[in-house]
Amino acid sequence: MNAPLRRVGIVVMVLFGLLFANLNWIQAYKADEYRTSDYNGRVQVAEYERRRGNIEAGGTAFALSKETDGELKFQRAYPGGARYAHVLGYKPVNLAETGIEKFENDFLAGTSDQLIANRVKDMFTGDETGGGNVLLTISKGAQNTAFEQLRNNRRNASKGAAIAIDPRTGAVQALVSLPSFDPNPLVSHSSNEATAAFNKLEQDPEGPLKNRALGEVLPPGSTFKIVVAAAALENGVGQDTRIPAGASWTPPTSGSPIRNAAPSICPEDEVTLMNAVTESCNTGFAQLGVRLGADKIKEKARQFGFEQEDLTVGHLNEGGHPVAASRAGAMQNPDGSTDPAALAQSSIGQNNVRMTPLQGAMIAASVANGGSQMRPYLVRQWLGPDRTTSHYTAKPKELRQPVSGQVASDLREMMVSVVENGTGRNARIDGYTVGGKTGTADVRPGVPAHSWFVGFAMDKNGNPVSAVCVLLENGGDGGSAEAARIAGQIMRAAIADPGGR
Amino acid sequence: MTAAALPAPSPATTGEQPGVRLARSRRNAELSLLLVAMVLVAAYGAMVEAKVLDTITADFWMPAAAVTAVFLGLHLVIRFLAPFADPALLPAVALLNGLGVGFLRRLDLGSAPPAEREDLAIFAGTGGRQLAWTLASVVLAAGLLALMRDHRSVSRYAYTLGLAGIVLVMIPAVLPSRFSEINGAKLWVRVGGFSIQPGEFAKLALLVFFAYYLVRKREVLSLASRRFLGIDFPRGRDLGPVVVVWLISVLVLVFEKDLGTSLLYFGMFVVTLYIATERVSWLLIGLVLFFGGVYLAYVLGEVVGGPFANFYLRAQIWLDPFADPYNDGYQLVQGLLALGTGGLFGAGPGGGQPGLLPEVQNDFIFAGIGEEIGLFGLSALLVVYLLIVERGLRAALAVRDSFGKLLAGGLAFTLGLQVFVIVGGISKLIPLTGQTTPFLSAGGSSLMANWLLIAVLLRISDGARRPVTGGGGKAARPSGGPPEQLHGAPTEVIRP
Repeated sequence: MNAPLRRVGIVVMVLFGLLFANLNWIQAYKADEYRTSDYNGRVQVAEYERRRGNIEAGGTAFALSKETDGELKFQRAYPGGARYAHVLGYKPVNLAETGIEKFENDFLAGTSDQLIANRVKDMFTGDETGGGNVLLTISKGAQNTAFEQLRNNRRNASKGAAIAIDPRTGAVQALVSLPSFDPNPLVSHSSNEATAAFNKLEQDPEGPLKNRALGEVLPPGSTFKIVVAAAALENGVGQDTRIPAGASWTPPTSGSPIRNAAPSICPEDEVTLMNAVTESCNTGFAQLGVRLGADKIKEKARQFGFEQEDLTVGHLNEGGHPVAASRAGAMQNPDGSTDPAALAQSSIGQNNVRMTPLQGAMIAASVANGGSQMRPYLVRQWLGPDRTTSHYTAKPKELRQPVSGQVASDLREMMVSVVENGTGRNARIDGYTVGGKTGTADVRPGVPAHSWFVGFAMDKNGNPVSAVCVLLENGGDGGSAEAARIAGQIMRAAIADPGGR
Repeated sequence: MTAAALPAPSPATTGEQPGVRLARSRRNAELSLLLVAMVLVAAYGAMVEAKVLDTITADFWMPAAAVTAVFLGLHLVIRFLAPFADPALLPAVALLNGLGVGFLRRLDLGSAPPAEREDLAIFAGTGGRQLAWTLASVVLAAGLLALMRDHRSVSRYAYTLGLAGIVLVMIPAVLPSRFSEINGAKLWVRVGGFSIQPGEFAKLALLVFFAYYLVRKREVLSLASRRFLGIDFPRGRDLGPVVVVWLISVLVLVFEKDLGTSLLYFGMFVVTLYIATERVSWLLIGLVLFFGGVYLAYVLGEVVGGPFANFYLRAQIWLDPFADPYNDGYQLVQGLLALGTGGLFGAGPGGGQPGLLPEVQNDFIFAGIGEEIGLFGLSALLVVYLLIVERGLRAALAVRDSFGKLLAGGLAFTLGLQVFVIVGGISKLIPLTGQTTPFLSAGGSSLMANWLLIAVLLRISDGARRPVTGGGGKAARPSGGPPEQLHGAPTEVIRP
C-alpha cells in the first residue's frame, strides 16, 4: 500500500502547487488590477482617509468635506444644494461621481501629479495632507439669480436651463438646469440611502439628473436666425438689404406654408434684414435660407460651433462636463438634393436643427466679442491644500472665429434692435447695451413650444460683460418674452458680481 | 519531504519501513516547536493591536497565553498517552488554530466601536467563541487519545460509524430548509441559536468505515478484474459500493446544494480505494464518474434548473465573477480583490479591510488573512497545511497495519483536499463551495472534527513510530503485505 500512498502524497503536493501558482497569479500578477478595481471598497476607504479639497466660487465653498468618526473619515457636503448641483456634480461613496467632482477628482483627492510633493512629505511626517481646492469662475450673484428666476418663471415651466458666460474670456458665470436636485443624500455614507436617493432621481420622469444646459439639444427656433443672418451678411446681403417676406410663404415642392408668429409681423412683400431680425420674420428667413442654400447655412452653423462633438466645459487643458453636439441637421431629400421645404424650416430653427443652451450663449458671446468665440470654462484656479500655492490658473483661449469683426458688428446692431424695438424688450438693462434674439420652437401640435432667448450685455465703452442663453422647455405663449426677462435679470446680476474671484 | 527543518523521523536508508529505527519520542522537539508557534501567535496578536488600536495593550498576550495553555495541556497528554506520536503535527496545527483565533479576534477589534476596542475581553466576540471552541476541541482530542489506545480498536465500530456517517450526511438534506440552510447550502442542523455541521463529523465516521470495508475487500477489488484498453477494470459486483457512494455524493450535491462536500466525500472514497487496491483504474473511474456527474449537473442546471440551478449558477460565477460583481459574484469578487490588495507582502496584521469581505470569518477567512499577510504569508500557511498532510501520509507509510494505513492516508488526504477545495474556491481556481478552512474558520463543528482527525493521526503515528516489542520479525515484513494484522477483518476470498 505504500506505493499508492506515496503517489497520493505527490498528488497533494501537486494540488497545493496549483493553489500556490494560482495565488501567485492573483496576488502578484493581477494584484494591481484588483487593488485599483472599481469594485474594491478599499480604494474608497483609502480615499476617505484624506480630506478632499473644496470646490469654491466667489470665496465660498460649495463642496467641502467634514470630518466624521465613522469608518470613512470624511463626509462630503454641498451647502449650495440644488442650486449648484449641475455645476459641481457629486462624489458618492459607491456610485459614479459626476461633474467637477469627477473631472477634477485627482486634484481634489490629492492624487494629482501636481500634489506629489505633499504625498512625499506625508510619507515622512505620517500626516495626510488634504487634497487641493478647485476655484470656479461662477458668479454667486448670477448663479443665484439664474436659479431663482428660472425656478420661479412666470410660465410655470418645470424644465429649462440657463447659462451665462463672459464673452471676453469664456468663463462661465452661471449654469442652471431645471429641475435640479439636492446632491447631499447621494453622498451619504450609507450605501442603501445613497442608492435609494439615486434611483429616485434617476427614475424621475422630469429627469433632474440631466444637465440641460450642456447635455440636451432642442430645436432652437428663431434664435437660429442669427446664424442664417451671419451667412447672409457674408454673401452680399446688408443690414438694409430688402429681402422677400410676406404673411405666408410656401416653399417649392412643399404643401405646408410657413407663416409668421402674428399677422402683424412682416406682412409686406419685402423687409430689410434688420427688420426681419427685429420682428423675427419667418417668411423672410425661410426664403433667405433657401436662397443661400443648405451648404452655406450648415457651414455657418459649423463655424459657430455646431457639430463639435468633443467640447468640454471645465478645465481648459483637460477634462470637463461633456457638451452635447448641436446639429444643423439634414436638409436633403433621400436622393441627396436639397429639400427646399426642409431648408426653409431649418432656416427658422425648426426641422432637424438642434442646439444646446451653451451653444446659444456661445453664439451671442461671439457676436458680442467682435466675432471671436472663447472656449467656455468653469475652473479658474487650482489652489493647493495650503491655500496659497496656485497650481493652475486658467488662461482664456479662443476657440474659433465664427464671423469677421464687421459681420459681428452688423449682427450686434440687429440683435440690439431686437431688445430695443423687437421681441426681446424684457431683457433691457439701464445703462447697458443689450442685444439678443428670442426663439420659439414648435414641438408638435398641442404641445407648448420651447422658449428661448440668447443675448448679451455691453457696458458704455462697448465691452461685452455677459452673454446668456435661457431655455424654458414648453414655455408656450409668451415664453420667449419671459426667457428674455430672465436673461436680463441674470445679466444684471452678472454685471453686479462678475464672478471669477 | 517538506520537513527538512523539522526532526526527520527516518534516514532515507530505511526505505519502506521508516518507523523501525525510531525509538526516540521527540517530545521535547514537539514542545520547542509548539513554543515557537505560540510566540508567533503572540507576536501576531501584538502586531494586530499595534495596527488596530495604535497601541499594544498590557494584556495583548492573554489570548495567545490561553491557547498556549490549552496546547501545552495536549502536549502533556501526548507525552503520556502517545509518546511516540509525530512531533510536528501538534505544533503545526496549533500554529494554524492560534492564528485563526488571533485573526477572528482581529475581526472583533475591527468591528467593535473604537471606544470599546481596548477593553475587548478575551472570550468576547467571534474570536473569544473560537477560543472556547479550541479549548473544547482540544479536550475532546485528548479524550479521544485517552479512549483510543490503539487505532485498530475503532475498526470494531466500523459499520456503526458508517451508518452514523450516512445518517449525519443525510440529516441536513432531509430537514426543512429553515433548519438546515445557511447561505444557500443545506449543510447545517440549526436548533435555536446553535448550529452544527454534521457533515464535518460524518467525514471522519465514513472514513473509518471506508478503511475497514476496503481492507476487507481489497483482495477482491484488486485481483478480480478484466483488462480493457490496457487498464484493469474491476468486476461489476465489486463496483457496486463505488456507484452507491457516487450516487450519494451526487445527491448531496443536489439536495445540499454543495459541490465541495460531495467532491470531498467522493475524493476521499476514491483515494482510499486507490490506496487499498493500488489500481489506477479506480482513480480513472472515479474521476470520470465525478466529472461526468458535475458536467451533467451543469447541463441539467442550464436546461432544467430546479435543484441543479444552484450548481449551474456557481459554475457561472466561477467562470466570470465580474459579470455580476454586486450580486451573484459579490463574494468571489470581494475575495479576489482582498487577495489582490494584499499583494506580495500584505497590508500587515490589522492593516487590511476584512470588514469589506462577506463571510470573512468562515469561507473567506483565507482571503481576509491573505489581504494582511500577502502572498508570502499565505504561502507559509499553505506549507504548514502541506506539512500536516504529508506528516499524516508519513504516518500512513510507517504504520504497520493496512487499516491504519488506509485510515491515516485517507484522513491526511481529506484534510489536504478540503484545504484545496476552499482555498481553490476563494481564489477562483475551482468553483466556490461552502467549506470551512480547517483550523482557521470560525465554527465549532469544523474545529472539533478536525481536531479529532488530528487526534487519530497522532494515535496512528504513535503506533507507527512506537518501537516494536517482542520479535522484530513482524516489523521487518514489508508493510503493504497481506492484511492479516488487521483486527477483526477477515479477508474475503475470491470466488470466481
